[in-house]
Amino acid sequence: MKPHTKQRIAFSFLFLCTLLVILPVGLILIIIIKNGLPALSWQFLTDIPRAGMREGGIFPAIIGTFYLVLGAIIFALPIGVMCAIYLNEYTKENIFSRLIRLAIINLAGIPSVVYGLFGMALFVMFFKFGTSILSGALTLGIMILPVIITSTQEALRSVPKEFREVSFSLGISKWQTIKRVVLPCAFPGIITGAILGIGRAAGETAPLLFTVAAFYLPRLPRSIFDQVMAIPYHLYVISTQIPNIPEKIRYGTALVLVILVLGINLFAIILRIKLRRKQRW
Amino acid sequence: MSKIKEFIIEKIIFLCGIITIVFIILIFLFLLKEGLSLFKSVRIFEFIFGKNWYPISEPPQFGILPLILGSLLVTLGAGIISIPVGIGCAIFIAEVAPRWLKDILKAFIELLAAIPSVVLGFIGMVTLVPFVKNFFGLPTGLTAFTGSIMLAFMAMPTMVSIAEDALYAVPYTYKEAAYALGASRWQTIYRVIIPGAFSGILAAIMLGIGRVVGETMAVMMLTGNSARIPQSFFDPVRTLTATIANEMGEAVVGSQHYFALFSIGIVLFIISFFVNITADIFMHHKK
Repeated sequence: MKPHTKQRIAFSFLFLCTLLVILPVGLILIIIIKNGLPALSWQFLTDIPRAGMREGGIFPAIIGTFYLVLGAIIFALPIGVMCAIYLNEYTKENIFSRLIRLAIINLAGIPSVVYGLFGMALFVMFFKFGTSILSGALTLGIMILPVIITSTQEALRSVPKEFREVSFSLGISKWQTIKRVVLPCAFPGIITGAILGIGRAAGETAPLLFTVAAFYLPRLPRSIFDQVMAIPYHLYVISTQIPNIPEKIRYGTALVLVILVLGINLFAIILRIKLRRKQRW
Repeated sequence: MSKIKEFIIEKIIFLCGIITIVFIILIFLFLLKEGLSLFKSVRIFEFIFGKNWYPISEPPQFGILPLILGSLLVTLGAGIISIPVGIGCAIFIAEVAPRWLKDILKAFIELLAAIPSVVLGFIGMVTLVPFVKNFFGLPTGLTAFTGSIMLAFMAMPTMVSIAEDALYAVPYTYKEAAYALGASRWQTIYRVIIPGAFSGILAAIMLGIGRVVGETMAVMMLTGNSARIPQSFFDPVRTLTATIANEMGEAVVGSQHYFALFSIGIVLFIISFFVNITADIFMHHKK
């Protein structure tokens, strides 16, 4: 066979592979949007679930997800950023920093349901927080740490060395340099990482199963020790646990979750592209 | 004064630096603390190779072999589908696609990575499950095969993006040298670029597979949750992850069943630990 024919066959095969990955993504989004859009209404977003979740809306689940994500990011953002600062600014490549890096890789790889077990054992039982927003948010927070650390590191790395050197040469201390020079430059990149972390936390179900999620709780939480509903868990419940839920409500819930998560991610991606264009150094 | 402040802040930063190690150790310790209690009454051999998972019958049996085989079967299926397709897609994006298309494709892959697994599970239930049932004439569409398809899809983002990075990292001079010798684009790709990126591609495959083993929600919604030793791809199965997610809600805290679910957690932790360490070694091998 001529090399040219071979190449043509090979490239067609590669293109086919790509289509097999890309087309289903489009298809899934179209199915959810087409079937979910009719369910979306002001009432669906602001009403409590009624009639055994077969009618009404998903307001408590939206609020629940909001609190959980807020809690997770409040916990994870400072720790994650500081960890990245330590790795990037305070330590050189040695066995210790390598251990930390391995720990980050492993944190990113642990199955989400194992985070659920851990959250249950540590926060729910050991610290006696009970199944509560606090337990769920902390579990999610640990889970999104790797996302935040990695993107903060990337942001810190993109700040040129000269910036730090100039600051040092003016006799400014290390922490002052980081605070006044490095962090402001890296700030947009860090925010992008935080947003990606939020997107990840908003879509997770398994870590919530035994730490916070309420099957059905048609009221708003009163404190951080309350249980809440969450959109992903709610979608799981109405698609597997309860028979005869109208299609419309299931698709509607899926659509709300997809819009929320993809919206957050899209926002982060656009922010990142803008930043790369704007970077002046 | 400012020196003291600086000192304190540096200590805090250091603490945050090591906190990831602390968390990994904490996770492992807490899994051990709860999980090891099972082995006061059940032998490890019986736990791993026992053929029966009857956690609530009297007397209970805690053999996770059916669950391991369930995870293995689903992972195998997902691997067979996702490895060629995913790597093919990565090669296309890295080497064949024109620049404008490349960015669009990468954005799509990122979008796929962001779709929550419970949504993919739901979509699988309403589309894939009836399709598998009717197309193969099965009594139920909730099978290992169904789970494999969806999981293959979920492994793609990890696999494609890491493999693409590895291909991209092959020095441009290698390519130019091959062209100079009169090699075609395809010959260059499979004789020069793929071998050059090989360890990175292996790492991509491992991490993609690791993602599959750890996946919980979609697999629980699609594979039928039957904790019996599967005979074929078209049997319902139950994976390690799905067992924990399914049964922890009902397990009485402090019971053998509860400890057994934590023991499964230990197994999953160890698997993910080895997958990640090995993948990391592969990734650094390329230097």
